[in-house]
Amino acid sequence: MNVATNAPTRLRVRGLQVCLAGTNTDVVSEVDFDVALGEVLGLVGESGSGKTTVALSLLGYARRGLHITKGQVLLDGQEILGMPERELPALRGGRVAYVPQEPAAALNPVRRVGKQIDEILRVHEGRGSRGGHVAGRVHDVLSSVDLPTDRAFLRRFPHQLSGGQQQRIVIAMAFACQPGVIVFDEPTTGLDVTTQRRFLGLIADLCATSGVAAVYVSHDLAVVGQVAKTVAVMYAGRIVELGPTATVFETPRHPYTRLLMRAVPSLDKAEVMEGIEGQPPRPASRPVGCSFAPRCPGVGPECLSSPPVMVDLSASHRVRCVRVRSEAQRTSGRQVIPLVDSAQPGPAVLEVEGLRASFGTNEVLHGVSFRVPEDSCVAVVGESGSGKTTLARCIIGMHTNWAGNIRYAGEELSHGARQRDGDVLKKIQYVFQDPYTALNPRKTVGQLVAQPIDHFFGLARAEADARVVRVLEDVSLSADFLNRYPDQLSGGERQRAAIARALAAEPDLLVCDEVSSALDVSVQAMIIEMLRRLQAEHRLAMLFITHNLALVRGMAQSVVVLSQGRIVEEGPVEQVFEHPRDPYTIRLMSDAPRLSPAAATGSGKMPEFRADRATER
Amino acid sequence: MTSATQSGRPAASAAASPNQLRRHEWLTLLHRAAASRRGAIGLSLAGLVALVAVVGAIWTPCSPTAFLYAPLQKPSVQALLGGDYLGRDVLSRVLAGGWVLLVMAVAATVIGVSFGAFQGIEAAYLGGRTDTVIMRGMDVFLAFPAIVLALLIVGTVGPKLWLIVLAVGLGHVPQVARVMRAAALDIAERDYVKAVELQGVKPTRIITGEILPNLVSPLMVELGLRLTYSIVIIAGLSFLGFGQQPPAPSWGNMISENRIGLQTNPWAVIVPAALIALLAIGTNLFADAVARAAIGADRQVEQAFVRTEAAKAAQ
Repeated sequence: MNVATNAPTRLRVRGLQVCLAGTNTDVVSEVDFDVALGEVLGLVGESGSGKTTVALSLLGYARRGLHITKGQVLLDGQEILGMPERELPALRGGRVAYVPQEPAAALNPVRRVGKQIDEILRVHEGRGSRGGHVAGRVHDVLSSVDLPTDRAFLRRFPHQLSGGQQQRIVIAMAFACQPGVIVFDEPTTGLDVTTQRRFLGLIADLCATSGVAAVYVSHDLAVVGQVAKTVAVMYAGRIVELGPTATVFETPRHPYTRLLMRAVPSLDKAEVMEGIEGQPPRPASRPVGCSFAPRCPGVGPECLSSPPVMVDLSASHRVRCVRVRSEAQRTSGRQVIPLVDSAQPGPAVLEVEGLRASFGTNEVLHGVSFRVPEDSCVAVVGESGSGKTTLARCIIGMHTNWAGNIRYAGEELSHGARQRDGDVLKKIQYVFQDPYTALNPRKTVGQLVAQPIDHFFGLARAEADARVVRVLEDVSLSADFLNRYPDQLSGGERQRAAIARALAAEPDLLVCDEVSSALDVSVQAMIIEMLRRLQAEHRLAMLFITHNLALVRGMAQSVVVLSQGRIVEEGPVEQVFEHPRDPYTIRLMSDAPRLSPAAATGSGKMPEFRADRATER
Repeated sequence: MTSATQSGRPAASAAASPNQLRRHEWLTLLHRAAASRRGAIGLSLAGLVALVAVVGAIWTPCSPTAFLYAPLQKPSVQALLGGDYLGRDVLSRVLAGGWVLLVMAVAATVIGVSFGAFQGIEAAYLGGRTDTVIMRGMDVFLAFPAIVLALLIVGTVGPKLWLIVLAVGLGHVPQVARVMRAAALDIAERDYVKAVELQGVKPTRIITGEILPNLVSPLMVELGLRLTYSIVIIAGLSFLGFGQQPPAPSWGNMISENRIGLQTNPWAVIVPAALIALLAIGTNLFADAVARAAIGADRQVEQAFVRTEAAKAAQ
């Protein structure tokens, strides 16, 4: 698996710079990379790192407010950036294809899928194409992504296809005109792990066989590891580390890459997760020296004086860090969380028995039973559509259309929150999935956290204020945040504020619904660690709902696996993770992307993909 | 998806302005509206007319009800705008005839908008049967044009000023309710409203404490718009004889009384008509400027929202 293969370079990017329109403030700068024929380059970065900006400039496109100011993008030696406006339509879709995040958004909902593929071919293969020829090509294109090619399938509308099939149609359209380069912009967002795994294999396969150079943009290191041979890690608009995936994953040399890897939760061990303190600088306020210096644990005076340049560690591994040669490698693993003795769980705080929940007449939970013992964390794991959020909402009284029993401390709960008494409402608190919509934009953090305190405790002003400050300290927010509005906070800070609001009620049971899914990995790690600490400190019972199995490992004592509204497996964390029994759980575990080196070497040539794909028709 | 573009903007651009201002969004809106060209023109027009009315409330050159000149006397140095159809001083009557209209219009607007807004938000928030009952009731009201409704009420009970204010205000209710309901529907479904709901906070407190602060912009726009309508309707009623009763001067009834002398002394009609028109145009321009400022403010929120979406999409 030598990266310096002799395949000719298909795509070459040199000194690419994108600025805010009309200014000298660069959003992305000094981007250099090559992608060879048939290869996939993974472009990894957290939100705001500039990865999508780079990806779009490969199509000669800059989003509104941005302007490509410098650099070269060479496709088979031909410059794309200077191209006249009228040649761009032929380039885009024809020679450089783009696969967006949302397949559903990329397909026209009122046109049949056959027509849509047909259109792409006609536009790019010239008006002279005969009907028969195009029809044949549609057939080829569909069979290349293992989709049916019969008339009935071609006549379907996008909504009549599954998410995976829609995504495949979009891929098929991207490959249809045999482009030189394909840009994938996080195309697996919203797919379940099994579909995602198949899909990544398909991409790697197609690229290798058709000689396309692909750039795969993602925030998810593990996903990139499955598909890309080379990986470029971006931070604050620069590539900070570029190298063969296996090398970068095993021996990351840039401090940011190292910390980022440490922030990724592990499926295989219960470890303390480590986030990265601070936030990436905004384009206008990047420091003179290294952009990562303010957050870097190994920062030295030379980091602050001038921007670092790329250092070649080997022919294929390059790192943008001045101290890369001098700094000692930190090799220590993450701290392992000791196993707690879960043999004797305490009395149940929450008991759910035979819970059936419906939307209208459509039942989505079919008799779910489990218990949350006091002072412990139970994780509910399931993919989208498994009913996990509905389960949470029944418990907190937000979803009222359910039958069965939910008991809190032995007492039956009424269906809706309105019918429950104040004490129950106070003792069970809920943290919403999306911190961006959970906080009233017209209220300051201080007002938001004071709200439950005023409502439940009716304290004197001074005492209430002191309590607000104390709760904020609990979630590591200083008193400076009291007067800030939600839109002045980062995602992580918002979620902290939301958690503070829940804690302010002094609950016994905290229901956390996908609390980290809207956050970057480095932020997620800190939020999860904080929740773990708070759960122990406040002796909370916690119901932790997530689709991300790896998060559960260090967090929870026991797991409930939910699939299509039924519990398929439950038990102590170690048992479920080490010896899963249900086929669904086993599949979930094996298909979840991992950072392990074994996965990182993957070229996508895994034979089982072929077999899997055939079954999805 | 990367939010390089978004993070390129200064933090929500509101971070730059002191947070103090954000607590009083309505002040910010007024300030921004007044700073725009449209708003400045509107404000000065309406302000000029209001000044005339206020001055007249305190001082007039002579008694507005005394018979001083020959009927419909032409303007002269003593009588700048001449005499009306009974020989009273037109200038004095113009000065004295405005403030009641202003007070009534403001009162009717405040009553109509606050009642309508509450109904609309309540319907949106409570939903279900409450929503149906309130909004279908509003639809029935909506079938009557505001001025017909006012005429009906005033015509049956009599031209009492408080009744006119109430009738005109009532005429605004269904329209305001519809607008505010539409705006509140979106807000009522947000997680932050649910979060407070889950604590068992009472609906009225949720409406005033959580939803209303997010509806300041549409509320301000409605206030401005309805003020314009109130002015026109009340002046119109006064023209029809339902308003202040003779001999008290009012711009509306001056137009109606002096129509017969339009050829002899046109000023007795032109001046009050122009004042009403200027007032209506002025308030309308300003209301429009507020609406535009509100869109600007929303755009900032929108940008924050786009950032949110981008961050979400990153997952």
